[in-house]
Amino acid sequence: MASSKASRLGEEYVWRTRMDKVNAELVVLTYGAMVAQLCKDFDSDYVKVNQQLDKMGYNIGLRLIEDYLAKSNTFKRCSNFRETAEMIAKVGFKIFLNITPTITNWTSDGKQFSLVFDENPFADFVELPDDGRAQDELWYSNILCGVLRGALEMVQMQVEAKFVSDVLRGNDTTEMRISLIRYIDDELPPEDD
Amino acid sequence: MAHLGPGKTASSKEQTGLRYPSNGKTIYHRPLNRTKTAELSQSSFAYLFSEMVTYAQRRVTGIQELEKRLNVQGHPIGLKLLDLLLMREPPRTQTRPLTIIALLHFIKINLWTHLFGRQADRLEKSSNPDTPDEYMIVDNEPVVNAYISVPREMSQLNCAAFVAGIIEGVCDGAMFPARVTAHSVGGKEEGEMWPGKTVFLVKFQPEILEREALLGKS
Repeated sequence: MASSKASRLGEEYVWRTRMDKVNAELVVLTYGAMVAQLCKDFDSDYVKVNQQLDKMGYNIGLRLIEDYLAKSNTFKRCSNFRETAEMIAKVGFKIFLNITPTITNWTSDGKQFSLVFDENPFADFVELPDDGRAQDELWYSNILCGVLRGALEMVQMQVEAKFVSDVLRGNDTTEMRISLIRYIDDELPPEDD
Repeated sequence: MAHLGPGKTASSKEQTGLRYPSNGKTIYHRPLNRTKTAELSQSSFAYLFSEMVTYAQRRVTGIQELEKRLNVQGHPIGLKLLDLLLMREPPRTQTRPLTIIALLHFIKINLWTHLFGRQADRLEKSSNPDTPDEYMIVDNEPVVNAYISVPREMSQLNCAAFVAGIIEGVCDGAMFPARVTAHSVGGKEEGEMWPGKTVFLVKFQPEILEREALLGKS
């Protein structure tokens, strides 16, 4: 208990002192403008919008992991997936988005868990289009799934991340399900002597 | 035919039927000022913005078109911020800006402070007598460009076109229709104090100046 409290203070410290900050509404509105643009470009084909958001998130994740390693005080590799989950929720989300989603619903093999978002800054000011489809098809914050997928891939974990409920769809919680597919073996680049 | 009635009501229900969570986390239940002073990391903005620019870049053929696209994406944000920021003002200063100068001050002070945590650096009127409809808002170091390096062959590009779009949205929303563009004016020599200096050129439509002149006389 004591150690976990100390580490929580650590993340708070990183967030307060090491991260440059901007007004949250600038980020939120920019994200909203982006999603709106995608809905327009893909002619409200929300399945494609989800895919594109995931792809953009993936690109972000590939680069974000370095930022994460540099800013957070985590020098050692996570010894198991449970530890990885803790670091994602308590350090990753904290220092970039200043939220700490709850980790829950572990499967018994320890390879799948859920992140439940009590707060989702991206969803502020948002209401999905009332076209009878958006609430069933669009995962508004899907970019976050891509970010996790990209970032974890860079540290040798292949995961699948997807939202299973969203307050914007009328659900009572916003929940993301993350499954570990495999650990990627270190592969030497070809012809690297 | 008998089943048509109930079927019809069901479909009309769907048309107006957004579902809402029972815990009240909706835009209607939450105070509008809840996130007024909330902060997020600048990295999260930088990542998003860079993806936005990269995505836009793949769908255009030239720099002008890219800037136009960024501008268009900023526009609705400006429209909404005008209302949001005025609503948050104390009641006696809640009126919409009614003159060009009041509007530009609103942008330089309120809009900038809200979005970027500081005022814009300067406000200028065009000194050229041929273009009395042009005003300039100067930002020495735009936040949005902080992590963007423009390749040499695209040196014309200024991604703050997105912010220009926001400004344009504010102007249009306040009934001062204008075209706003972003231009890099920072010198490229070494030792230059503000290499990223950007001028937002606000060009009002002619009828705005006519209206302003009429109002000034009365």
